[in-house]
Amino acid sequence: MAEHNQTVAPRLTLQGISKRYAGVVANEGIDLQVSAGEIHAVLGENGAGKSTLMKIVSGVTRPDAGRIEWDGHPVVFHGPADARRLGIVMVFQHFSLFETLTVVENIALATGERMTMAQLAARITGISTRYGLPIDPHRLVHSMSVGERQRVEIVRCLLQQPKLLILDEPTSVLAPQAVRVLFETLRRLAHEGMSILYISHKLDEIRELCDTATVLRNGVVVGTAVPREQSNAGLARLMVGRELPACRLEARAPGAVQLELINLSRTADDPFGTSLRALCLRVRAGEIVGIAGVSGNGQKELQSAISGETPLQEAGAIRLCGQQAGRLTVSTRRAMGLRFVPEDRLGRGAVPDMSLTDNCILTGARAAGSRGGFVRRGLLQRRAARAFARETIDQYAVKCEGERSLAASLSGGNLQKFIVGREIRLAPRVMLVAQPTWGVDINASLRIRQALIDLRNQGAAVLVISEELDELYMICDRLAVVAAGRLSQALPTVQLPPDTVGVWMTGEFDAATASDGHAG
Amino acid sequence: MTIDTWVTIAASAVGAATPLTYAALGEVVTERAGVLNLGVEGMMLVGAMAGFAVGIMTGSLWLAYLAAALGGAMIALLFAVLTLSLQTNQVATGLALTLFGIGLSAFAGRGFVGMPIARVPLLHLPGLSDLPVLGRLLFSYDLPVYGSLVMCAAIAWFLQRTRAGLRLRAVGEQPGAAHALGEPVIRIRYLAALFGGAMSGIAGAYLSTAVTPMWAEGMSAGRGWIALALVVFGTWRPWRVLGGAYLFGLVTVLQLYAQGLGIHIPSEFLSMLPYIATIVVLVFVCRDGRTILLNQPASLGRSFHPGA
Amino acid sequence: MPQRHRMAMPAENHWWPWRLERRSRPSALMRLASSPLAAVAMIICGFVALRFIGIDPIAAFKVFFVEPVSSLYGVGELLLKATPLMLCALGLAPGYRANVWNIGAEGQFTIGAIVGAGIGLFFNSQLGAATLPLMLLGGIAGGMAWAAIPAFLRLRFHTSEIFVSLMLVYIAQLLLSWLVHGPWRDPAGQNFPQSPPLPDSATLQPLFEGARVNIVFLIGLGLAAAFWWFERFTAAGFRLRVGGLAPAAAAYAGISERRNVWLALMISGGAAGLAGISEVAGPIGMLQPVVSPGYGFAAIIVAFVGRLHPFGIVLSSLLMSALYLGGESAQVELQLPSSVTGLFQGTLLFFLLAAELFIHFRLRPVART
Repeated sequence: MAEHNQTVAPRLTLQGISKRYAGVVANEGIDLQVSAGEIHAVLGENGAGKSTLMKIVSGVTRPDAGRIEWDGHPVVFHGPADARRLGIVMVFQHFSLFETLTVVENIALATGERMTMAQLAARITGISTRYGLPIDPHRLVHSMSVGERQRVEIVRCLLQQPKLLILDEPTSVLAPQAVRVLFETLRRLAHEGMSILYISHKLDEIRELCDTATVLRNGVVVGTAVPREQSNAGLARLMVGRELPACRLEARAPGAVQLELINLSRTADDPFGTSLRALCLRVRAGEIVGIAGVSGNGQKELQSAISGETPLQEAGAIRLCGQQAGRLTVSTRRAMGLRFVPEDRLGRGAVPDMSLTDNCILTGARAAGSRGGFVRRGLLQRRAARAFARETIDQYAVKCEGERSLAASLSGGNLQKFIVGREIRLAPRVMLVAQPTWGVDINASLRIRQALIDLRNQGAAVLVISEELDELYMICDRLAVVAAGRLSQALPTVQLPPDTVGVWMTGEFDAATASDGHAG
Repeated sequence: MTIDTWVTIAASAVGAATPLTYAALGEVVTERAGVLNLGVEGMMLVGAMAGFAVGIMTGSLWLAYLAAALGGAMIALLFAVLTLSLQTNQVATGLALTLFGIGLSAFAGRGFVGMPIARVPLLHLPGLSDLPVLGRLLFSYDLPVYGSLVMCAAIAWFLQRTRAGLRLRAVGEQPGAAHALGEPVIRIRYLAALFGGAMSGIAGAYLSTAVTPMWAEGMSAGRGWIALALVVFGTWRPWRVLGGAYLFGLVTVLQLYAQGLGIHIPSEFLSMLPYIATIVVLVFVCRDGRTILLNQPASLGRSFHPGA
Repeated sequence: MPQRHRMAMPAENHWWPWRLERRSRPSALMRLASSPLAAVAMIICGFVALRFIGIDPIAAFKVFFVEPVSSLYGVGELLLKATPLMLCALGLAPGYRANVWNIGAEGQFTIGAIVGAGIGLFFNSQLGAATLPLMLLGGIAGGMAWAAIPAFLRLRFHTSEIFVSLMLVYIAQLLLSWLVHGPWRDPAGQNFPQSPPLPDSATLQPLFEGARVNIVFLIGLGLAAAFWWFERFTAAGFRLRVGGLAPAAAAYAGISERRNVWLALMISGGAAGLAGISEVAGPIGMLQPVVSPGYGFAAIIVAFVGRLHPFGIVLSSLLMSALYLGGESAQVELQLPSSVTGLFQGTLLFFLLAAELFIHFRLRPVART
């Protein structure tokens, strides 16, 4: 699809782009070229410097060194507006849409053009029908699903008639069918001459969609490739720098039911939230059950219902280790053996401005097995907590300056290892983990996944909620899907083809009932 | 009780409501941009003092109101520099602004205590003002009263119908996203804070030139805080805030007339009414947590740092 | 979850030759230095202002900070005035750490004064030697009861404790005014709005001859040590801190917001109530329409200037007390209005808030491109 023309300068050329944050290298001497009509992948694992590079290209961040050329002429961006003037537009990974505004208001903010809301609404409808991205311009954004929001974001970008469109992990929020539709749209845009920078760490997608790929590792370019001519393994080796060991999940007979949801329903407290409708699920000792689904379909509400952060009205809707637990507080559920790793690690799983020691006291106040018990008779047991923090750091290879480091000073992956380690070391009988490896580099991801498998092998019941389907297939014994606040039945992973999961993600399934739970 | 008395009560209620209206409307704009300025009381006092002093010295009410608006904006600027450029805690800084404003106005206004000033003149609209009942109820106020209604309409239009208003709301909802779109978040917040300060200043001037035409230390007596509560009561919408201000004006005035109405309660208890009413009203509005969640600008009171 | 990348300074600020850069870790030096720096900046700023209105700064400095403490009596007064500030601020600090913004200490102070004085005035003869301790306890209970209102309303109706506690200040003051103008007025008081004087057995006696400072100052110091221990070593103190630093983490860890809000408001209400009764049973000796020159509000500044640390608060309450005394002597000798104290207080807090920035940030010259 790329129509290379050697006599014409590439649309975008980067030369020697470097950027450091507080002494940490994010990008170092990066070279990259994109031509008109080319879909160019920027490939790298989390933390490789992809996002920083794209912020530089879109004018949000200024590089410390290096040169940017546009159609052969050097340019300097003083802000996103400068880049936008040239036709560089970015679809954000986590859409920067305003919840309380309508679609047309959101788009009006992004396009500097002078036109009335009515005119703009008409143009939105025009573009959205032309590219097969149906949206209603007058809807409030907070009432829209993640997929719909992405459409708004893309339409917003297209309205500005971009010459270079940047997409940052656009498929992480989409069900597989929606990915097909998106790719169709992107191919069409490229065919019309638009350049596309496509950032991802998903190798299949890149091989399917992109003409060329630039691979980043630790902030530097480690190679360029034509993805169609490469195998997944080859690209992965380039991205990670070595062969990856795989996790091993050996068959194991599960034990007694430790966590059970029985027709769990709950109206969302948050006006922007999802209500849960009659969820049923059983998780047994010694198995990992995964819940897949596109984010915003009730995962958050489900987590806080199980963790006890928002207790239910009906005691019987959740059974924990054989007891009714729906109305119990977080502390009581913890005392019964529930441990939880939330998706937001900084600010929820850990207090940013407290030391790692204090962050162990946070959830280790009560004794759990032979550990924990960092509060006795109302007093803090700092010495015990310090030892526990030190051991966790060693055992899970957490990179930090020691147990006195503030949680905020750790990188995302290291903090996640610490939190997972902390919860596992507090002897869970039931472990709930949300997005275990979100934003975590590959090495840390492997370690975390292996830790969860080890925990299962020791007989804990593990429930993993994740948007990464690959990950769920790697570590789960059984898999269910959540869509629009409903939960499918959980089938053994080996019997459940990914295509079926894709269909389920759109809500096309018969919800699990309480009797399914008995069968499972 | 004659109709005449009721008309008098209604007319005084409008007078008592006007300073609340100005201050609360200004704060609506400030808060819609995501800035929580709790220093309204201090800004009102500075405005009251500046307006009164300039009024006495120049004899011009126009200059008096201009000075009040400038005075309010100047100390709002102090707040803005601290919270927006230096990233200080907005709650703490707002409290500091209140204490500072009380001290500054008392200090600078010490020479003006006890001096008399002519009240802002009431407008006489030929024909209209002479209508029976309606003339006094609707057409016999001073210019600032009508000005407050115009401001309310203008702010409602600005926020809901203009692109600039849209940008301001966007900055208040998700400053990070607005920044990514190239909006000058800090600059917009500065302007919103200055506007709020100017409006509080005008509110103060109306106190010292119309409600009680004189200057006394701490004369706002908690009205700045009531105005802040009115913003919550009005769920950050100008017309509702205006309605709330009139309701409070009525409560304030009724307690003054209560004795005349034959209600014999110690005056202290009657004076408590506006404060009690504030609490009651807040409880009423906030009792369903979602009302606030849905209406409050999402980034209200949080610092935003565009770079690092 | 993606790492939140720091965004670059936007182009709008390129005229500003420096930019703020977050330190990789908070500066320990600035943590200690910010309050003294703010105090020095306030003094410089204040004297430049005085110079401007024609007062010799050196003379003013003497009048403000030297003369008031140049006698034993003066030192006693310094400690006496520091006492209510210290008590109120010690009480407020744990709440501010926990994101519980009680700004109505002035009201809790007033109610504490009323309840305590009521015990002293009406039950003195029955209670005998127990009067004074019971008055102090009554003051604490009164302040707690007044602080219970914003606590209850916040937890039951999501009502901001900032507004409620503040409105209750005005209500408390009007209540006191009614009492001393009406039912509790001294029949022998020539129609002055004040209660009968408290009997000797219901009055705090000076610690030493020739000064007015009383035992409550020592109680305040004891409380400072107790609060320090509480915040550092107890689980309840830890929970308050977590609640303030990261509310979502508190909910995740099962820390009860209800318990935190109640605890914070009971501590601050009780401490303010104790301060209130101590003023009435100490230097004032009776109820009058105004029992506090704004101690409850000034305590907010004291708490921040003390960086919410109990020992810092002890020091900052002495500084603030010196400002009060200085303001009084400046009133007499330099004919400055008493409001100059308020002005200094506000300025001090501004400087402190600005100085705190440099604990987490530093200024870096912008690299010219």
